[in-house]
Amino acid sequence: MSKPSKDRMLWMYRKMVEIRQFEEAAGTLYQSGQLPGFLHLYIGEEATAVGVCAHLEDADYITSTHRGHGHLIAKGGKRDRMMAELFARTTGYCKGKGGSMHIADKATGILGANGVVGAGIPLAAGAGLSAKLRRTKQVAVSFFGDGATNQGVFHETLNLAAVWALPVVFVCENNRFGMGTPQREHQRVEDIAVRAPAYDMPGVTVDGNDVLKVYAAAQEAVTRAREGGGPTLLNCDTYRFRGHHIGDPGTSYRDREEVQEQERKRDPIRRLAAVLTEKEGVTEPELSTIEAELAKDLEDALAFAKNSPEPHPEDALQDVYAGAILP
Amino acid sequence: MKTITYRDALKEALVEEMHRDESVFLMGEDIAEYGGAYKVTDGLFQQFGKERVRNTPISEAAIIGTALGAAVTGMRPVAELMYIDFTAVGMDQIVNQVAKIRYMVGGQLDVPLVIRTQGGAGRSSAAQHAQSLEAWFVHIPGLLVVMPATPYDAKGLLKTAIRDDNPVMFIEHKLLYTEQGDLPEAEYTIPLGVADVKRAGDDITILATSRMVLHALAAADVLADEGISAEVVDPRTLMPLDKETIFNSVKKTNRLLIAHEAVGRAGFGAEIAALVVREAFDYLDAPIERVTAAPVPVPFAPVMENFVIPDASQIVEAARKLVRYEI
Repeated sequence: MSKPSKDRMLWMYRKMVEIRQFEEAAGTLYQSGQLPGFLHLYIGEEATAVGVCAHLEDADYITSTHRGHGHLIAKGGKRDRMMAELFARTTGYCKGKGGSMHIADKATGILGANGVVGAGIPLAAGAGLSAKLRRTKQVAVSFFGDGATNQGVFHETLNLAAVWALPVVFVCENNRFGMGTPQREHQRVEDIAVRAPAYDMPGVTVDGNDVLKVYAAAQEAVTRAREGGGPTLLNCDTYRFRGHHIGDPGTSYRDREEVQEQERKRDPIRRLAAVLTEKEGVTEPELSTIEAELAKDLEDALAFAKNSPEPHPEDALQDVYAGAILP
Repeated sequence: MKTITYRDALKEALVEEMHRDESVFLMGEDIAEYGGAYKVTDGLFQQFGKERVRNTPISEAAIIGTALGAAVTGMRPVAELMYIDFTAVGMDQIVNQVAKIRYMVGGQLDVPLVIRTQGGAGRSSAAQHAQSLEAWFVHIPGLLVVMPATPYDAKGLLKTAIRDDNPVMFIEHKLLYTEQGDLPEAEYTIPLGVADVKRAGDDITILATSRMVLHALAAADVLADEGISAEVVDPRTLMPLDKETIFNSVKKTNRLLIAHEAVGRAGFGAEIAALVVREAFDYLDAPIERVTAAPVPVPFAPVMENFVIPDASQIVEAARKLVRYEI
């Protein structure tokens, strides 16, 4: 296992805080009625996105899920344009056409969050195929949850990617619930990595709330992909601190005590903070300064979003087709 | 000029476009050594290698999703789905992903993807291998739908479809592959959204798609012997649709008969009828009539299949009634 440098660890700390702050702000805004649509928060799962994306360049690709804000921020998505999209403004990444579940950014290789469980998985394989055909050494990463591993397209794509030795990392975020259904009720396997050998692909399970463990496992998987060694299934054992979406308190299908214990013991940000202060000589005030800087940055992002123009109704008719074809 | 089959015309289009643009590649079930279920890609893997002529597992959702991922990252895939009936297996990818990704992400991503498939009855292939499902795709904003009836149109339209930056459902007909037609030796393309008047006439417009164009032309011969001059219009592309050519024909003949092999109920003909009634109501001297398949699954027994699927004699009969119609 390789250990990241202190600078890299601080980068990961910043990214996880960026995500946490964004999600907390979005949750509050949603509950006060300022955001339309659906909102699925990533709070508690930040280490997976950050530990994986720490190994990716802008030119690499990711596909994401309905719970996608964390992946996007970790891959380089900007909080101001993401927030503008949540506010359905023209300055949002999708000009207000997609919303939380469809944010994409071509420039940083974000091929989109996705509203259909598991549906982004083959897109990542396709991006990997494209990289392979163009001989670019780019890597594609697909994030998805435990629920997605029961979709046919998960199995179809892992099989196809293995047959073609595509440069792809399949990252399962096992947060233990497919929406509100506990994992033991939706699949017999507990360790989802055991599905990898069925496709003759390496499968690895790590503590998804320990960013250093995710970092180490992802390094191996991304390197394998980049060097032509084919795909990996990386299963990250994590936990969703909030409900499935913002309207779900998340306590009808799990005990409040269980959630509190997870928050107390497995908060990925606090765990990395402990490593930084105890082993890397970073002080608490230094971490507080980082958080304050990022909080200021988020305020700016919020102001940007709120002050951005709303789309015109007839903008709905644009972007259906490329070129001169009208809808 | 040369005379070649519809199948070879399609193959010529693929070969020319693969030579022209390195980003064009083919993927689908058994398209390499086997040559495709209907042999359209026969011999292409020897010519271009298996990197660019890729056999896939029998996994329709993964085929489409992977092709989409490649299309949004710099490639121009031509994905073959062996039967249009099997699009149902990959329908989430076609309808929720391929058709919508460009729009959802605010126009950031182009989707230069062709999905080649074939439909139609006439070989006793029964209910899961003989449907005409084009209306499904015309109904979905974001897709283009092409249905060539002749070798000339097949080649020219496939070349254009491959060069287009939008996803195209390119729907062939299994009984057309051996039909012969004349093609110029020189390269040519046919723009999308331009109908073709296959035969000029004055008394009635017969709008037909795919193989029904051949039946319509045969019917026009019979009608001509009876002194009825039928104009046969083939829209060639259902989306985009060349409404002007259709309207102009109806305004000239004052009668419209629509013939397609799909079931009539909520079929493409209903859309044409609605458009013509709105645009050319004052020109119509008779109700608009449709000749379509009976609303049943396609049966196996040849006598039943022939009964269910319309042919030239039904077009002739319907045309006679419309021409004799008295207001």
